[in-house]
Amino acid sequence: MQADTTLLTTADGQPLKAALKSAASKAKRRAFYLVAPLLAFVLITFIFPIGQMLHQSVYNPDFTIHEDKGTKIQTPIMVNLQVWFRETEIGTVPDEAAFAALVSDLIQLRELRGQGEVGTRINYDVPGTRSLFTKSARRAAKLEAPFKEAVLDLDEDWADPELWQAMRTAASPYTMNFYLAALDMRRSETGEIVAVAENRQIRVKLFSRTLTLSIIITLTCFLLAFPIAHLLATLPLRYSNLLMILVLLPFWTSLLVRTTSWIVLLQSQGVLNDILVSLGIVGANGRVQLIYNEIGTVIAMTHILLPFMVLPLFSVMRTINPSYVRAARSLGATSWTAFRRIYLPQCVPGIGAGALLVFILAVGYYITPALVGGAKGTLISNEIAFHMTDSLNWSLAAALAALLLAGVLALYWLYDRLVGIDNLKLG
Amino acid sequence: MKRTLILTTALTAFGTMGSAADLTIMSWGGAYGTSQIEAYNKPFAEQTGKDIVMVDADNPATPIKAQVEAGNVTIDVADVEYSDAVRLCDEGLLEEIDTSALPAAPDGTAPEDDFIEGALTDCAVANIVWSTVYAYNSDVVEGEPTTMADFFDLEGFPGKRGMRKAAKANLEMALMADGVPAGEVYDMLETDEGVDRAFAKLDTIKDEIVWWEAGAQPPQLLADGEVTMSTAYNGRIFNAAVSENQPFEIVWDGQILDFDLFVIPKGAPNKELALDYIKFSTDTQRLADQAKWISYGPARKSSGALVGLYQDGKTEMASHMPTAEANLTNALVNDFEFWADRDTELSERFNAWLAQ
Repeated sequence: MQADTTLLTTADGQPLKAALKSAASKAKRRAFYLVAPLLAFVLITFIFPIGQMLHQSVYNPDFTIHEDKGTKIQTPIMVNLQVWFRETEIGTVPDEAAFAALVSDLIQLRELRGQGEVGTRINYDVPGTRSLFTKSARRAAKLEAPFKEAVLDLDEDWADPELWQAMRTAASPYTMNFYLAALDMRRSETGEIVAVAENRQIRVKLFSRTLTLSIIITLTCFLLAFPIAHLLATLPLRYSNLLMILVLLPFWTSLLVRTTSWIVLLQSQGVLNDILVSLGIVGANGRVQLIYNEIGTVIAMTHILLPFMVLPLFSVMRTINPSYVRAARSLGATSWTAFRRIYLPQCVPGIGAGALLVFILAVGYYITPALVGGAKGTLISNEIAFHMTDSLNWSLAAALAALLLAGVLALYWLYDRLVGIDNLKLG
Repeated sequence: MKRTLILTTALTAFGTMGSAADLTIMSWGGAYGTSQIEAYNKPFAEQTGKDIVMVDADNPATPIKAQVEAGNVTIDVADVEYSDAVRLCDEGLLEEIDTSALPAAPDGTAPEDDFIEGALTDCAVANIVWSTVYAYNSDVVEGEPTTMADFFDLEGFPGKRGMRKAAKANLEMALMADGVPAGEVYDMLETDEGVDRAFAKLDTIKDEIVWWEAGAQPPQLLADGEVTMSTAYNGRIFNAAVSENQPFEIVWDGQILDFDLFVIPKGAPNKELALDYIKFSTDTQRLADQAKWISYGPARKSSGALVGLYQDGKTEMASHMPTAEANLTNALVNDFEFWADRDTELSERFNAWLAQ
């Protein structure tokens, strides 16, 4: 019997197994060609930029390589100092050789017009040193030995051990310093990790505020969306369609329009405050501050993210058979018990999907907190944007973004462990 | 069929790649942007027959680094503040400008002598002198604030205050309000105690501050009654007061003077034309013309005599200029090197302070 099956052949005499295999692989290849554009798209627009961002967060060559902005020619810089750093240990007091190396490197920088970038790189770690580099590079060519004396004569800030430690770490382009900075920490002059001064600590606070506000927004979204979704799922079709349009209408309206409408409504000379004053609930001088703080951020973002909770909830609730709850009631359950034991557990996939969607969107939200958050309602995304566009410290922005990404992935993992990602139902 | 599809796709791609304008200028928008369009862009377009597009930004210096590093420069000329011009130039993000090629004054004075000291750098040519001042809405404020200290005096002049959401200018103003003479402000800010003192002064009004970001916001906030006093760029307040008849008054005490300069980002698509534009708009007559549209002082000495009336034909501009003698009694000149050095550090501290 077994011998027979191995001899099975197709009409043209090929072994059946091989023929099947080649047919299957052809189909597979065809399927792959169909997917290939999407795969390429995801690689180019998603995987590659994220990889680049992660790389930028640990790699900053501003102190070691100069790239001419016009010709794109790369030149190694600060080479003499790097040699000195390699030959000495952390914390070595800079000697004549170190200063001689510094001067020759500064002369090269001046020729390349690279002093600004090098200064900016060190300025990230030791504030106030940028002009030290630009000024000294301008005059370096005129300095004469002994260099230590000459350089310190130029500016005594060059003796600062913290500055030399910063240059030593910057001399290797791969560094974890930006992650330290993202967590409000820094390296001291001896290379130990310490917290930055209290009045400059902000990022940990912003991370925790982002987390808290996102949780609050997810909760309020859930509380508001649950009854709406239930109504949508149970009303007769012609009413529920109308209601659905009401849910979707703001969804289709421009984000900026919705956000600025909230400013009109909530500002201290705005509609809501005017009503409160005319009703005599608050005095004309005691107008409530509802915007440019956490309250403004929560209100506006809840409104904007609400459809992301309603839609998955609705799609799950629609499939729940009402006879289960009726059966529970007929068996003697109170309406609360029937809801809690029968209805709610069946909603879990929708709740999970909606909550995860809203939370992840809230964590990375940018424009709404920027507009209505004022000083106290801004999130970590605004700090990232600040370093992208204002301070131009892209490595720090990348480190912050990477931490945010790690946080979201951890949450995703937690969700998978608790609820199971297979239970997710988006519609 | 397939062929036409490919062809049309390619055509669309090319169509969107080529920009319609011959020259793209990025500036600050609002009344200031209008003054540049009227005084520089229109006559330049008329003379050369080129298309000029004006793009607005909250701060035109910020997109430059991103564009140059990405190798996708779309701006030909940008209008930036002094410290940004110096910083961007040091980082090799700007084209160098040969200042000797700029036109001489009508009487033949070389450009190096005709421009106010500091108005020409390796990569930038100044066009105006502007200042950060504070202004109040005289319909709402009782009494007459006259000093920087009055801005911080919530008892004497109750009400919300508008301030720019940045460390720059606010710290200097806080120190001046605290009694530090203008000449000592930057020396004091170099020390930790000085910075602490500035933040402590800001703390006294922190709860009453509404933060603004774009230069067009303060006149709006004042007009809406959202704030009673606000720091602002003097030209914006002047325009709102004179051409829109808003009851705004400027307090010149403690004003902070700064230059705005034209720069060309490295790799600008129309570099030659950009240079022509800068030469054209910073000549004596154009700089004087701009004062017809906004109360910013021309960066050339020879333009001063040509400054006349505002566009309404009756307001004499001279006394509204930040550089007018009477307005300079307690004025501070922005220290670009200080801010190029300390901006990152103080901005971080400022942001941390805001979040507290």
